[in-house]
Amino acid sequence: MAVMNIREAINATLHSEMERDSDIILLGEDVVGGAGTAGGQESIGGIWGTSGGLFAKFGPDRVLDTPISESAIIGAAAGAALAGKRPVAELMFADFIGVSLDQLWNQMGKFRYMFGGKTKCPAVVRMIYGAGMNAAAQHSQSVYSLMTAMPGLKIVLPTTPADAKGLLTEALRGDDPVMFFEHKALYGVKGEVPDGEHRQRFGEARMVREGGDVTIVTCGRMVNFSEKACDKLAGDGIGVDLIDLRTTSPLDEEAILDSVEMTGRLVVVDESPPRCSLASDIAATVAAKAFTSLKAPPIMVTAPHTPVPFARELERAWLPSPQKIEDAVRQVLGFR
Amino acid sequence: MDGQSNPREAKGNGMEPTDLIGAYRRMQTIRMFEERLHDEIKTGEIPGFTHLYCGQEAAAVGVCDHLSVDDYIVSTHRGHGHCIAKGCDVKAMMKEIYGRADGLCKGRGGSMHIADLSVGMLGANGIVGAGAPQAVGAAIAAKLNGKGRIGLAFSGDGACNQGTTFEALNLAVVLKVPAVFVFENNHYSEHTGVAYAVGTSGDIASRAEAFGMKAWRANGSDYFDTYKVMGELLDYVRAGNGPAAIELDTERFYGHFEGDPQRYRGPGELDRIRTERDALVSFRTRVVEAQILGSTELDSVDSEVAQLIEEAVAEARAAPPPDPASVTDDVYVEY
Repeated sequence: MAVMNIREAINATLHSEMERDSDIILLGEDVVGGAGTAGGQESIGGIWGTSGGLFAKFGPDRVLDTPISESAIIGAAAGAALAGKRPVAELMFADFIGVSLDQLWNQMGKFRYMFGGKTKCPAVVRMIYGAGMNAAAQHSQSVYSLMTAMPGLKIVLPTTPADAKGLLTEALRGDDPVMFFEHKALYGVKGEVPDGEHRQRFGEARMVREGGDVTIVTCGRMVNFSEKACDKLAGDGIGVDLIDLRTTSPLDEEAILDSVEMTGRLVVVDESPPRCSLASDIAATVAAKAFTSLKAPPIMVTAPHTPVPFARELERAWLPSPQKIEDAVRQVLGFR
Repeated sequence: MDGQSNPREAKGNGMEPTDLIGAYRRMQTIRMFEERLHDEIKTGEIPGFTHLYCGQEAAAVGVCDHLSVDDYIVSTHRGHGHCIAKGCDVKAMMKEIYGRADGLCKGRGGSMHIADLSVGMLGANGIVGAGAPQAVGAAIAAKLNGKGRIGLAFSGDGACNQGTTFEALNLAVVLKVPAVFVFENNHYSEHTGVAYAVGTSGDIASRAEAFGMKAWRANGSDYFDTYKVMGELLDYVRAGNGPAAIELDTERFYGHFEGDPQRYRGPGELDRIRTERDALVSFRTRVVEAQILGSTELDSVDSEVAQLIEEAVAEARAAPPPDPASVTDDVYVEY
């Protein structure tokens, strides 16, 4: 097992998968960087550091720097996937689905169904998401709730380096379009990564902790926030089943329902506004399918129904926090 | 219209009479397919929205006669002609438009969403302008495969105003991929005139040129002119010179959609375009006058196609509908 961070795990996986399969291509804005400049291509090596070294190894036909044209990037990925390639398109910020949504939602997500199951679109769209870097309203959103609602797309959110490798490998071996969400505040998270072949099946949640008193269901960076809350609660003898969904589509309903049947108490933590969100979806699913197991109304810890603010104090107030999660757990336990 | 090239030149350009019979058959198949749909839609038996390709037959066939199954095309909401020209099964298409279980897309897509990857047809599309970036992607794939194949987008004068199309034109030039943008200018974006909606006084080819690619123009209501100019364009693209565009001037014989009262047409306009710009009539007149094909041969093609369409409709009407239990199938390969 090698120890590396999520950024390094994604980069290493892209290297090894592109070596294995010559149909995999990478395209996006500044995935190489420096094209048409005095410094030359790879002078910056990719804006997030996840695509470093790929251009030097695989060349301009497989690692393509594009203009700032998100519709064309995603549309080209859709077309290349229909034509038999395995494109990895990078959206520098997930917020940019606003200018490429048609190609994601009406196109790659619908081809297979509209065309009677006779086509496949094995495209992976890597999108960098999440708040915490004071990037304000248009560069901080967690659009996974929106995209989870779109049939035909798979929604993947790694939270550990091992899962980053396992889930990205699975995305690149599968035949469906995958939205691969990389949280910008998680790139530096370190952990052990299995050597050699490592695939993590979609729809299989990770049981981060087993505590038995309350179930926390969450994903992305909120897993880390929830772990901090769990540490404090453990000091008071409160045990939490902490479930990292890994993928929100497909959804591991069984893991959620199994846990809630034991604990009877649910907290859902979601880094997106509350309406029609992942949180409301999970709460509704549990209410509908595990109603008799519930000992308290589910609590949703989410961002408020506002855009993401800029100032440090405001962004902190906007985000769910370990304290808010801890409070929610105590509240759901206190319900009689 | 200029560009009335001589059929003998086209023959000298590598076209034998068998090719011309095939071209005529494909154009006539499109014409009869669409005219029959125009009648059948009135019965209420065909669900949904249908946009007919009649009048533009020479464009689809003149372009696709240069392509093989390994060349990729993406199409539009007005896509039946492109499908037939690229080789989609006509009976399976008719069943799809009737929403039948054994339609080309199992009744999931309908008129606006017909695809058949086995013939390189990557899909008709209900979103105007969505196809152009996909053709760039197909061209990226074709370039990687290194066999001289191309990715081609059919777009209308309406789609030429979409930002996706602009992005695709630029991306194709930047990546220097073998992408071809075919703009069929039928003078109407839905119900709005091209002179109003395309800010370059309706000129689409110059717009493509402004993105840094070579662009051609041809008479899209004339098979021979479209075929000849498209041949030049494809020689250029297949030689590795990067993308290219062509504007095909043509006419839409029916409305934007079936049921469109076409109040925007001028007096006598429909009669005029049907008299002066019918690709089937001009093809027949010219090959017969040039003594390349005889009326009898062409008449027998007409009969065969009429029979094919008759059977296609009869079989589609008799075909079973999809099983409602299949409604959740085929969303994913694996879920």
